[in-house]
Amino acid sequence: MIEILAVLGFPLAGAALLVVIGERRVAPTVNVAVSFLTFAAAVALTARVIVDGPLLVVITDGPLRFLDHQFFVDSFNVFLVALTAFVGFTTAIFSRPYMRIEQEHGRLTAGRLRLYHSMYQLFNCTMLVALLTNNMGILWVAMEAATLTTVLLVSLYRTPASLEAAWKYFILCGVGIAQALFGTILLYFAAEKLLGAGGGALLWTELDDVKGHLEPTVLSIAFVFLLVGYGTKVGLVPLHNWLPDAHAEGPTPVSAVLSGLLLNVALYAVVRCKVLVEGSLHTTFARDLMMGFGLLSVVVAALLLSRQKDVKRLFAYSSVEHMGIITFAFGMGGPVANFAALLHMTVHSLTKSAIFFTVGHAAQKSGTQIMDEIRGLITSSPMLGWGLILGTLAILGMPPFGVFASEFLILVTAMAEQPWATPFLLASLGLAFAAVFSKVQPMVFGESTAKRLPVRPAMIPVYIHLALVLMLGLWIPPFLAEWYRQAARLIG
Amino acid sequence: MAGLPLYAQLINLLAAILLLLAFAMLTQRRVLSLVNLFAAQGVALGVSTAIVAYGTGQGHLYASAALTFALKVCLLPWLLHRLIRKLDVKWDVEGLINVPTTMLIGIVLVVFSFNLAYPISQLASTVTRATLGIAMASVMLSFLMMITRRKALPQVIGFLAMENGLFFAATSATYGMPMVVELGIALDVLVGMLILGVFFFQIREQFDSLDLKHMEKLKEGD
Repeated sequence: MIEILAVLGFPLAGAALLVVIGERRVAPTVNVAVSFLTFAAAVALTARVIVDGPLLVVITDGPLRFLDHQFFVDSFNVFLVALTAFVGFTTAIFSRPYMRIEQEHGRLTAGRLRLYHSMYQLFNCTMLVALLTNNMGILWVAMEAATLTTVLLVSLYRTPASLEAAWKYFILCGVGIAQALFGTILLYFAAEKLLGAGGGALLWTELDDVKGHLEPTVLSIAFVFLLVGYGTKVGLVPLHNWLPDAHAEGPTPVSAVLSGLLLNVALYAVVRCKVLVEGSLHTTFARDLMMGFGLLSVVVAALLLSRQKDVKRLFAYSSVEHMGIITFAFGMGGPVANFAALLHMTVHSLTKSAIFFTVGHAAQKSGTQIMDEIRGLITSSPMLGWGLILGTLAILGMPPFGVFASEFLILVTAMAEQPWATPFLLASLGLAFAAVFSKVQPMVFGESTAKRLPVRPAMIPVYIHLALVLMLGLWIPPFLAEWYRQAARLIG
Repeated sequence: MAGLPLYAQLINLLAAILLLLAFAMLTQRRVLSLVNLFAAQGVALGVSTAIVAYGTGQGHLYASAALTFALKVCLLPWLLHRLIRKLDVKWDVEGLINVPTTMLIGIVLVVFSFNLAYPISQLASTVTRATLGIAMASVMLSFLMMITRRKALPQVIGFLAMENGLFFAATSATYGMPMVVELGIALDVLVGMLILGVFFFQIREQFDSLDLKHMEKLKEGD
């Protein structure tokens, strides 16, 4: 319990602290420190779960009684909590020099950094609440809060394009998330008959116990709303319109956490719902829907990749593609596909945030996000160039990186269970490779046009992420593999 | 309707008013009147929640009725009025395209919602189950309103009206969500409104207008 309170308390307190600190020069350092404390608390929580197994918070009396049964950590969310806290921490390290350079380039005032830092911490807090809560209603509240905290981050530069992106983001995700609320209401409606009115009927653990008796008609309608609602946040086609704009126009650290973390958390919500619906329906309805949306996202994103000119939009579409792959894998279900999907969530998150770190600095060096005007990164700063090219190879599924392992497992399962889908998947992966590699390669090699940066960029997070992805491709730690297996069984 | 107790009839009446207001909002051109319609919807929602609370003896619904009054009748309309005054868009009139077509689509949506809600309301044991279709219809109509509007403020009012419809759905299907969730939703709506307030000024500063037609630079595939 104490670990959970720490995981949620540090970013919340940090947000308040950063409002007070405001424009002082220590603010970025405090941001890193708070993120580190959150990460440390998440590690403690993870260690606790490794030792004691799944954790359901039970408080029978005392002042915290209202939190009874409200938090739940199992093998499915524990690694996502650790991942979220970790990427939150490394992104804070990256953002320290990055935001200073942005300030020196005159894109930001010091006052806006106050907003940026406190919102960044609040955003981390809402994602962690969404992951840790046991209450499907609170999950919804936290997802909506995550949208709200990032709207002002996307429009941080106050350029016309960034305002437009933020507006689109707010309206589309707001509408989407309203659909998810309707789905949650229907879920509560079905559950209330079995569990009685009151807080208990939205607790995931209780719902999981009675899922076989939930009314199938209501749950199938509820799932459509929940999938459309949370799917908007995942960026599934055709609800993905906000995603490339928000990624391209917001500050790069925000793009990194949106792609690396928020999409995962939204997908986590979808999968939690899918477990309940599947248990109630005993048909392939939920699976078919998820496979359909997933495959459509993969194909459409792969086709759109080659038309991109803006480097951040390119990698945003690549996120749509990967989220599609993961959704498709969860839709197929079964121990192998679920295992692969969970692994893919982890490696995509690490790789994509690393790519955004390098892309952010590359754009700063060239003064533009247009790919045709970014050239020769490797001659002007080898660390940056190598980071980008290695990250790109990793995300495109080159062995020995972890993305290869998970994509390989997904493809093998697809060939065995859904052979009709395999050609679409293979063609899309091939197209994506051709499109992305042919655009990134000239950015890295060739004549350099880059300027020097006024502050040394923090390249360590990039290489830590890539090293982890490499490790996951070669060797998965036994406890992590065990979690994946347990979670895969749970998801079914 | 002879078998229905008086309070249930009142709830049905208020549900009908809610739906009418949703249609009125769909075609209202003036921003100021739109806010008033939104407030009126809040009143209908609050009163009907209070009546459900009285009729069924569900104590916690009084709290959510009070919350509705505080938030949707007082606070949000006040914030919106303030915003309109500060942005000086009081007399803004929006050229709506094709009111009759919009109305027709709205009617189709209502029929669709009633069909979708029918199997669910069959399963409901609440006295208010007949209004579930209306709740769903007002969600759909608000959705339509958001799609058809080209200005920022009406879109937001559509968004808030959609939340009204969802709240009404929760009341009619299940006598409301658990209190902690309801409080969370209320907090989100309020924070969202405040953030939007800030956001409007940013938009205005940048575009000199709240008309979203200036905002069509970002296209797919570029």
